[in-house]
Amino acid sequence: MSDLLHILDILRPYVAGIALLSGGVIVLIGASGVLRLPDFYTRLHAAGVTDTLGTLLVLLGLILLSGFTLLSGKLALVGLFLLLTSPAATHAVANAAHKAGLKPRLGTIQNPSPDEAKGDAS
Amino acid sequence: MGYALSLTVAMAVLWLMLSGHYDSTLLLSLGAGSAIFASALAWRLHILDGETSPYHKLWRFFVYWPWLLWEVIKANIIVIRTILQPDMVLTPRMVRVKTMPKTDMGRALFANSITLTPGTVSVDLDADEVIVHAVLKELTGKEGFADMAARCARACGEKDPVK
Repeated sequence: MSDLLHILDILRPYVAGIALLSGGVIVLIGASGVLRLPDFYTRLHAAGVTDTLGTLLVLLGLILLSGFTLLSGKLALVGLFLLLTSPAATHAVANAAHKAGLKPRLGTIQNPSPDEAKGDAS
Repeated sequence: MGYALSLTVAMAVLWLMLSGHYDSTLLLSLGAGSAIFASALAWRLHILDGETSPYHKLWRFFVYWPWLLWEVIKANIIVIRTILQPDMVLTPRMVRVKTMPKTDMGRALFANSITLTPGTVSVDLDADEVIVHAVLKELTGKEGFADMAARCARACGEKDPVK
């Protein structure tokens, strides 16, 4: 039993590293999505990827690195508050756009060019 | 009284967790005092109810959250795959979801769960429907929303959502 715990303890920094790295890559993918997607509403979804899976993986990696301490509890609280507040913020932004009369592009969009998005701002 | 007590205990635990001081009597008594003072303020504002102090029914959320986390991970994979396509094909939709939990808290939980799941954002919300923007038409399945609404309703202690 203690051997197993010892092996898990040796593996811990590597698992943490993988979680941190994949979290960072997912945040980058989300950022590229914000640039590639055509209009305001679709860009919100790309920002949602960085909000959820990206941050969760980064926090998971940091919790694994800090071990069973007060610090990991605080990091878990950061994650909890982030998951509670970020959808409220996203909804506030989307609701403001909807109330202001910004029309979403619907239907089927193939290979949207980033230039097309500039027309939506007016 | 139960609400005030559970709110005070929860805030004391939060204080201990964030401060990390367990040995100084002065700091501990100041922490306890601030927890009690905050509860007293909530009592004076008449906002002490099941929404500000929901700890007695928190166990229901621990059934809901793992399911929601799994849904969020699945939706993340779909959206990431869409973003990384060299030939991007999007099918954005605005849909009205009529299946809603009955209580205010259930509706808030439902709308927030929709927004938290990448690929769908709740744009507008009133008593009996929520308007959802989805980036792909595959994400607008009626059964998926009905399932999530039923789980949200159960997480808030309701029997069945409004059909």
